[in-house]
Amino acid sequence: MPEQLIFAMEVTLNGLMAGVLYALVALGFVLIYKASGIFNYAQGVMALFAAMTLVGIMQGQVPFSHLINAVFGGHITHFGWTVPSFVAIALTVGVMVLLAWLVQVLVMKHLVGQEPIILFMATIGLAYFLEGVADLMWGSEIKTLDVGLPQGINLWIDETTFNIFGYGFFIDNLDIVATVIAALLVAGLVCFAQYTKQGRAMRAVADDHQAALSVGISLNFIWVLVWSVAGFVALVAGIVWGTKSGVQFSLSLIALKALPVLMLGGFTSIPGAIVGGLIIGVGEKLFEFAIGPMVGGATENWFAYVLALIFLVFRPQGLFGEKIIERV
Amino acid sequence: MFYREAGDFKTSYAEDSQTFPIKFDRIRYYVVLAVAFGIIPFLINDYWANAILLPFLIYSIAAIGLNILVGYCGQVSLGTGGFMAVGAYACYKLMTAFPEISMFIHVLLAGGITAGVCVLFGLPSLRIKGFYLAVATLAAQFFLVWLFNRVPWFYNYSASGQINAPERDTFGIIITGPNASAWATYLFCLIFLTACALVARNLTRGTVGRSWMAIRDMDIAAEIIGVNPLKAKLTAFAVSGFFIGIAGALFFAVYLGAVEVGEAFGIQKSFLVLFMVILGGLGSIFGSFAGAAFLVLLPVVLKVVGVDILGWPTDIVAHFQLVIVGALIIVFLIAEPHGMAQLWRVAKEKLRLWPFPH
Repeated sequence: MPEQLIFAMEVTLNGLMAGVLYALVALGFVLIYKASGIFNYAQGVMALFAAMTLVGIMQGQVPFSHLINAVFGGHITHFGWTVPSFVAIALTVGVMVLLAWLVQVLVMKHLVGQEPIILFMATIGLAYFLEGVADLMWGSEIKTLDVGLPQGINLWIDETTFNIFGYGFFIDNLDIVATVIAALLVAGLVCFAQYTKQGRAMRAVADDHQAALSVGISLNFIWVLVWSVAGFVALVAGIVWGTKSGVQFSLSLIALKALPVLMLGGFTSIPGAIVGGLIIGVGEKLFEFAIGPMVGGATENWFAYVLALIFLVFRPQGLFGEKIIERV
Repeated sequence: MFYREAGDFKTSYAEDSQTFPIKFDRIRYYVVLAVAFGIIPFLINDYWANAILLPFLIYSIAAIGLNILVGYCGQVSLGTGGFMAVGAYACYKLMTAFPEISMFIHVLLAGGITAGVCVLFGLPSLRIKGFYLAVATLAAQFFLVWLFNRVPWFYNYSASGQINAPERDTFGIIITGPNASAWATYLFCLIFLTACALVARNLTRGTVGRSWMAIRDMDIAAEIIGVNPLKAKLTAFAVSGFFIGIAGALFFAVYLGAVEVGEAFGIQKSFLVLFMVILGGLGSIFGSFAGAAFLVLLPVVLKVVGVDILGWPTDIVAHFQLVIVGALIIVFLIAEPHGMAQLWRVAKEKLRLWPFPH
């Protein structure tokens, strides 16, 4: 087998893994968009916030310590204990639910019925706000996150592929775990949406706000629920990305990477988010591998967007999106 | 009482169709112009020019440009940073290629080139609408920044990958480079801003502006009553691109002097200008000024209060700035979704009736 083809296969596999990670972020967007029609730009910052909170709780950091020290003097930094990761994760879920409730009560409740672009801008404001609060709470330095997910090269794949092709593929264990987590998450979400009372209520709200209201579904509760679920998805994405590349500001930029994924898949479709993520992941890795060296590299910065742009010209609602029907 | 249209009679068509038909508006406009052109250049120093006035003037041009696209034509764009970069690099290439030509021509040409690029990226808007279009314009943002970063021809093969504005003049007065004086750079930007604002004001109340607004309010209905969506959308992209290109060229050549594209024209810049437009008021020229002034002044005020008065570390103040900007945006959207321009409209209404409330 020619060497180039084997390399391309490895790149494709890695692209698939990266695509799963993009899809993980895109999922959070789809959930909120479906249920409330809000395009939540803050999803990436929520992932950052969740990851920072998790690290902070695990290491027993005092929240706002930097600020307290600056205002009152003193040198408090840590409580002096560490929290096991599963307890910390549970606590962080609690924080994300609280955040969801606050967002609903303080922001979204007052913006019901506004134009989508206004809601979108509000979530950008929310993103700035959360980013500032996260930095004030936990400090802005890069942190390492280790909740016990396996990392490093997967030796079994390396050996097996070496025996078949004479060349060992480099696949990170973390990517495999992330794929499994993403699959579980999607399965869980689908079950939740299909088989539970709250899930059905959520879908009803997504279909028609007024009809849902008239059969006695509380919109307020459902929106808090949706933001909580999105916060949970953000936490999962934050854990995976944080373990992979450290908890830092660039984490919030993956939200921007999730946008073309959404456009490809359609804003309203959960399977669309997964398929879109995979297409973008594989596409950009292969493009960088094949064309990148010719044009100066770093094509990953824009390839996803241009692909989505070209694609949209031919199919404006994305692969799996609901058909856009316009009436005067 | 103070602001009134009553008693302001027009006796000719020219009077009726002038830019500011209400006398009070006209006088206010002349007073502002007189102060801006006649008084400020004599009082200005380097700190005021660089910290407040130049960014205000330049961002106002960009905000007017974006407002035409988003506020008047309803096409949401997140590519402003990228288009400003086009203006900056076009201006740089022109400045280095034709050193003897006046800066006025360079900046205008840079605007024209940006308009072309903007139309190119605006073409998909004929198929894509709403959020999908907003995300599609991100393609322009990331692609253009990457292009200027990776293709050495654009930065004249300089070792650092930066572009530096060489010293250029217009009518013998130095405008760019370290030796330019504050009043010259200020006046140079002010002339462009005045011209842009006038053009924008007259475009938006004419045929083109009305077709933009028809497309914004409901594109299918507009198409049915005979507005050509292709023409309306692409002219909006072109005019908007022209203004944003001018802003980018001025931002690079006059204000910063040296630019690293990812830093100066990144996605943050796109959001900043969009915030200006939204906070100021969609579909309002005055709103563009108000939004630009607000977001230029806010960091300066916060820095003065936080660092100089309270004595906090700069990084905490920077984080607070994020929190405050974010919170303000949300509060503004909740309290006044139509932006500061709406506040001005309400104030006019009050002035009209004062001191009798009914």
